Amino acid sequence: MKPLIRKLLPILGVVALYYLIMYLKSIKVMNPYHIQVLMFAGVNIMMTISLNIVNGFTGQFCIGHAGFMSLGAYGASIVTTMIFGGFSVAPNLRIPVFLLGLLAGGLVAGAVGLLIGIPTLKLKGDYLAIVTLAFGEIVRATLRLIEPIGAARGMIGIPPYTNFAWVLFFVVLTLIVARNFIYSKHGRACIAIRDNEIAADAMGINTTKYKIISFVFAAFIAGVAGGLYAHIMSFIQPDTFSFVKSSDLLVYLYAGGTGSLTGSVLGGLLLTVLPEALRTFGNLVNWRIVIYAVTLVIIMLYRPLGLCGGKELPLLKINRKHLYEKSIFSKKSVHPSETPN
Amino acid sequence: MSTLMQFLVYGLQLGSVYALLALGYTMVYGIVGMINFAHGDFLMIGALGTFFLAQAFSSFAVNGTYSGLIVALILFTAMVGTGLIGVGVEAIAYKPLRNRPKMSALITAVGVSMFLENFPRALPFIGPSPRSFPMLFPTKRFQIQGVMISTTQIIMIVLSLVFMFILYNVVNRTKIGSQMRACSMDKDAAQLMGININRVISITFFIGAALAAASGIFYASIYPQVDVYMGGWLGTKSFIAAVIGGIGDIRGAMLGGFIMGITEILATSVNSNLGYAIGFVILILILLFKPAGIMGKLTIDKV
Repeated sequence: MKPLIRKLLPILGVVALYYLIMYLKSIKVMNPYHIQVLMFAGVNIMMTISLNIVNGFTGQFCIGHAGFMSLGAYGASIVTTMIFGGFSVAPNLRIPVFLLGLLAGGLVAGAVGLLIGIPTLKLKGDYLAIVTLAFGEIVRATLRLIEPIGAARGMIGIPPYTNFAWVLFFVVLTLIVARNFIYSKHGRACIAIRDNEIAADAMGINTTKYKIISFVFAAFIAGVAGGLYAHIMSFIQPDTFSFVKSSDLLVYLYAGGTGSLTGSVLGGLLLTVLPEALRTFGNLVNWRIVIYAVTLVIIMLYRPLGLCGGKELPLLKINRKHLYEKSIFSKKSVHPSETPN
Repeated sequence: MSTLMQFLVYGLQLGSVYALLALGYTMVYGIVGMINFAHGDFLMIGALGTFFLAQAFSSFAVNGTYSGLIVALILFTAMVGTGLIGVGVEAIAYKPLRNRPKMSALITAVGVSMFLENFPRALPFIGPSPRSFPMLFPTKRFQIQGVMISTTQIIMIVLSLVFMFILYNVVNRTKIGSQMRACSMDKDAAQLMGININRVISITFFIGAALAAASGIFYASIYPQVDVYMGGWLGTKSFIAAVIGGIGDIRGAMLGGFIMGITEILATSVNSNLGYAIGFVILILILLFKPAGIMGKLTIDKV
């Protein structure tokens, strides 16, 4: 009974959160603008989690993540606008088409992630970072060249199907999938690569394979997030996904904390909502990004792992004792951190 | 043929901007081991500072042109000022992170870059609007076999070559240069030999930022417009130039800068988007086939 409650509780919490926000909206405490900011926060949370899988858990360094987001946004928008433009879609099929679009966006981003990951993940550290930066810019420049999707002017008329419920659903789904990935065999292999690549290699972990797995997985999530973003805005253009976007994501990730899903949620949420909140203080408008930048530098100087680096809410953690219960060496094995000194 | 030569001239002028900026990236990377993402913004500070200096000296100008001595004074002040700002940035933001993981230094650099771009933007007397850059260099144009060259272009190409020559000799022939090279080989061993690392790093940042200021002035002289965001993508491109040439190697940065400049101009003549992307394509190709860049040496991880 107890494990069931433990599993149901977070779901109930999410549902409660949804109804709370809908209630706040209905009594006019929150207006559509607030809801939109929350939706952007959701997309940013997904992007941050995606980046966290590569940078925080696998220890690689991707600084062109907006490239995957733009691929997903364009992939999803092309599918939905083509289907909605070409056929008259029955009302009850609209949502499946929208989901199909998101899936297509994710698959496009994932496929390109695989394509770019295989040759480049042999590079290490800074060089990998530079290649991902270049990748993001090449994607942007290429999208600017393709005339049928609006080139530099961008794509308009994307059906605005993303609502708060979908964003919340996908954020929760991403969190669950990411958590399960991280605590799976593959996730632990990725963490081993982060902690010491040479040692991981020596222990028989196929480092290239796991790097590619985490890269493609992250690209897929980024693609879905991009699709959601496109269907909020109903307008996308290549320049939205420039290096500025990538560096914003890096800021969310590192301010929130690397190697922590809680940190990604916190970073994505706070740093999306905070600038919007500062917008209301008239005089501060110009100083907004300055404050932002100074905060980031201070966090890095005094809390280099970010706000909750390496720490996790119990919800997002798997009780590690389970991993040791099946130990073949002793009947009652304990987690190393619990051994008495 | 003359069209090609003309493109080559444009390529050289853009390449000299890239090369000067790439030198800063490569020196900082070689000695501190970090990518200074804020380096492009030193270019902006140099150019914007020069704009205000030129305004301050405008009473010395005759019909909008400045005499050589005044221009030299402005150039010198802007370079030294930017250099000092570079030293300050290093001391405040990067020094405490020197022994931390590379990522924190990199993220800090992103933060510093955001600050350097948006702080002047928020200041009421600077703001986000672009300004037209004054004519510091004489702009007489003449034609050699169908190729148009202006004195500005000649001055900037020659001056940047002079700067590179001086830098190359400083690094290879002076005491501080050998200290720099020692630091880039092994910081701990260099410290044990009595080298003051902090001083070496400060000087590196000073030289890098001063060269960035010079490249900013040159860039603004050929594309006469300055604003607070000009350093962003110029910095990215020069950084790529440094990587193409082999980051950490001074000759590589110069070579990479000129390669970038010339290919970019040639590709832009075909299509402007291609011109933007070509640098990144070259970068990926070079990293795939020669992962340490043209001149760089690959280091092997030892356990």
